[in-house]
Amino acid sequence: MPVGASEQEGQLRPAPESFLSEKLISEISHSGVDNGRRDLLRGAFAAALAGASGLTFADDPNIVEVPEWSRSLGKSVATNPYGQPSPFEANIIRRQSPGLTQTDQASVAFTPLQNLFGCITPSGLHFERHHQGWVDIDPRRHRLMINGLVKEPLVFTVADLLRMPSVSRMYFLECGANTALEWGNSAVPTVQYTHGMLSGSEWTGVPLSLLLERAGYDRNASYLLAEGADGSGMTRTINLAGALEDAIVAYGQNGEMLRPEQGYPLRLVVPGVQGVSWVKWLRRLEVGNKAYATKDEASHYVDLMPSGQLRQYTAIQEAKSVITAPSAGQKLLNQGYYCITGLAWSGRGSVRKVEVSVDGGRNWQEARLEGQGSSKMLTRFNFDWVWRGEAALLQSRVHDDTGYIQPQRAALVAERGTRSIYHNNAIQTWRVSPSGEVDNVQLG
Amino acid sequence: MFSWARLWLVCLTFLGCNAYAKDYLSALNELGRTATAAEISAWDIDVRPDFLGLPSGSGSVAQGEVLWLDQCANCHGDFGDSNEVFSPIVLGNITEADIRTGRVAALTDPSAVRTTFMKVATLSTIWDYINRAMPWNAPKSLAVDEVYSLVAYLLNLAYIVDDDFVLSDENMEDVQALMPNRNGMTKDHGLWSVKGVPDVVGSACTINCSVDTTITSFLPDYAMNAHGNLRDQMRDYGPLPGVQTAPTPQLSVSQPAQSDSLNQIPADLLAVSGCVACHQMNKALVGPGFTAIRARYAGADASTYLAKKIKQGGQGVWGSVPMPGMTQLDDTVVAALALWLASGQ
Ligand code: HEC
Ligand code: HEC
Repeated sequence: MPVGASEQEGQLRPAPESFLSEKLISEISHSGVDNGRRDLLRGAFAAALAGASGLTFADDPNIVEVPEWSRSLGKSVATNPYGQPSPFEANIIRRQSPGLTQTDQASVAFTPLQNLFGCITPSGLHFERHHQGWVDIDPRRHRLMINGLVKEPLVFTVADLLRMPSVSRMYFLECGANTALEWGNSAVPTVQYTHGMLSGSEWTGVPLSLLLERAGYDRNASYLLAEGADGSGMTRTINLAGALEDAIVAYGQNGEMLRPEQGYPLRLVVPGVQGVSWVKWLRRLEVGNKAYATKDEASHYVDLMPSGQLRQYTAIQEAKSVITAPSAGQKLLNQGYYCITGLAWSGRGSVRKVEVSVDGGRNWQEARLEGQGSSKMLTRFNFDWVWRGEAALLQSRVHDDTGYIQPQRAALVAERGTRSIYHNNAIQTWRVSPSGEVDNVQLG
Repeated sequence: MFSWARLWLVCLTFLGCNAYAKDYLSALNELGRTATAAEISAWDIDVRPDFLGLPSGSGSVAQGEVLWLDQCANCHGDFGDSNEVFSPIVLGNITEADIRTGRVAALTDPSAVRTTFMKVATLSTIWDYINRAMPWNAPKSLAVDEVYSLVAYLLNLAYIVDDDFVLSDENMEDVQALMPNRNGMTKDHGLWSVKGVPDVVGSACTINCSVDTTITSFLPDYAMNAHGNLRDQMRDYGPLPGVQTAPTPQLSVSQPAQSDSLNQIPADLLAVSGCVACHQMNKALVGPGFTAIRARYAGADASTYLAKKIKQGGQGVWGSVPMPGMTQLDDTVVAALALWLASGQ
């Protein structure tokens, strides 16, 4: 990497070598360091040190010279009728994990958690998990049917549902297989791939209870089958009692209609429950008195225990947290202050407390919480940290309001083994090397 | 009949309805309508483990084999054992003892590939799924008898039924009693209900906790770039840039790029220089495709112009989206990229 390269960008008081003039850098890189240049170098370092102690700074050309955006006419309104992120944010996109799946339609694209802020996931960066590709449904031709143990089986158009009383609630959505790759060993290089099947959104729609009341559901029924209109006809058994509390037949996400990848025009929102149950392209709800053992609760989304038994109907996402930055694949620019930041959530309620350890779990300190108290929603945590170039092992640990505490990986593996695929909510460790590079590790 | 009392409750919990609520609650009843019998039978296709919903019909192993080879084998393999498109459906690691006990022993063997028939406890699952979702590229195209015959063929591949077997709604229950992993599922866990009891709870210790901090696993160097160059996967101007994981091209300053290599795509160079975040080879992404750029400047001796553009960025030649100046790049790298971009024919 050339002297003064981009790694030093992004700070107003860069490391000394960035104070070298462009001319000097190009001379050095072409002809090496001779005596004359060595003196110039010394001078530059001295100036930089003086700058660091607050005496002098080199003039920043970004201030003293007028940049092009300050001396040109900007673009017209509605140049992008649907706004786009800045081209400088091109790295912040969903990505697949090569080799994870054999096809691109029964696959996953992960959310870039490492560069997101707050608790809301931009809809365009919301992770994707499909079983038979995604479809563009014409909302005029889409219907929702409610049948089974009901007094009156019903059909609704999307217009009917848009007309009904609505609620807007914030909930996290996590795939049951999030962090699945990490049961046995450190397998993937960044938090995007370890934890990126996670999102937080505001969901708008009709309370499920209102629709089931209208249909006159059987009070003795305890199951609900939700079915999608896509090719997979995704079906999942839902715990009816739980769903009556807070499930939503949603059409809205973060203020607009659902994205097609998220089930446009209708998706079932089942707070606290793994993503596969939030059936997309929802076409039918059937009230029943027995579980359905559909393909994705009989062949997949069953958790293999060391005994050889498969846990079936594992739905709830237990409390979990992860540091999103600094995280694996990143490099601390230089020594000094860092805000360790991350996300915490619980499928059983709200986040009560998050603690951070920088020594692999030996000592813990409480982090500040943003957006706390929202049940079954992401909470952002922040923790002040001064890095002085030492090796460190970063971890976070969440407590939820039921008293549950996120377990260390070793404890979880001791009980469930390493082959259960789903519901890995273990504490994640990121190793910081003296070089500043961060990587994904597991501890004994 | 519609229960006002319950709806009031719902109304209070969810909507905070006021005293006038009753009026509009009754108007709500006018939204949606009763489903017709034909509509319900068209959509209510699910088959439950107790076979509620199973349509009558039948199909033989032999018929199933023909259909399988025609419509399914290209993805799942002739014997349902392919790993090409999805995990194997059957693989021959089910034993007679499994069929007797209803527990597949190989599930305790970490080296055994987990197939569909090793796991699934309920025959209804296979019937229902093939009926609703297969073939993958043409779901819901199979007739009822075809589904029976395909399930029969798979049961035969798993050694559960004989070659001359005919599966029907009449004998599904008998076959269910032979499903190799029929006793292999448990609901004894805390994850079905929000009030369930967790099996593992973490420690509350905060000071001098006894934990083993030995590193037992990390990604080896050769795996660091398996997901692409991590440098291009992070915000590139913040306090936490991505680690360079792609090999850095060995371009020595005294040897500028050789002209005979100009027709080769400098893929590594494009990757480490951060170009591929915005440019692809053959189609426009944020910026124009490199093939289009090469075509535009073919034979125009544009390498100096292009080097300047790469270094300084610009806007308006291809559209309104600006390209930021690639100021961090070494001049030699810029020159090599510009030379290649200008060398289109
Ligand atoms: C174009 C490729 C393709 C074809 C053709 C195809 N399948 Fe599939 N099949 C798949 C994929 C991919 C999956 C997994 C889908 C998912 O992830 O949910 C699958 C899943 C299955 C499963 C469930 C396996 C499990 O454990 O989840 C069965 C059973 C099945 N297919 C049977 C059939 C039958 C019968 C046919 C022929 C009528 C067929 N398939 C044709 C690709 C195909
Ligand atoms: C942040 C996005 C981005 C990155 C990174 C980027 N480009 Fe571009 N590039 C663009 C855009 C947008 C344009 C179109 C600009 C225009 O219309 O004038 C462009 C245009 C170009 C052109 C055509 C210039 C012209 O005047 O016709 C060249 C050559 C080019 N890029 C080379 C590169 C190279 C080489 C790299 C890597 C060193 C790179 N770009 C990195 C966005 C980018």
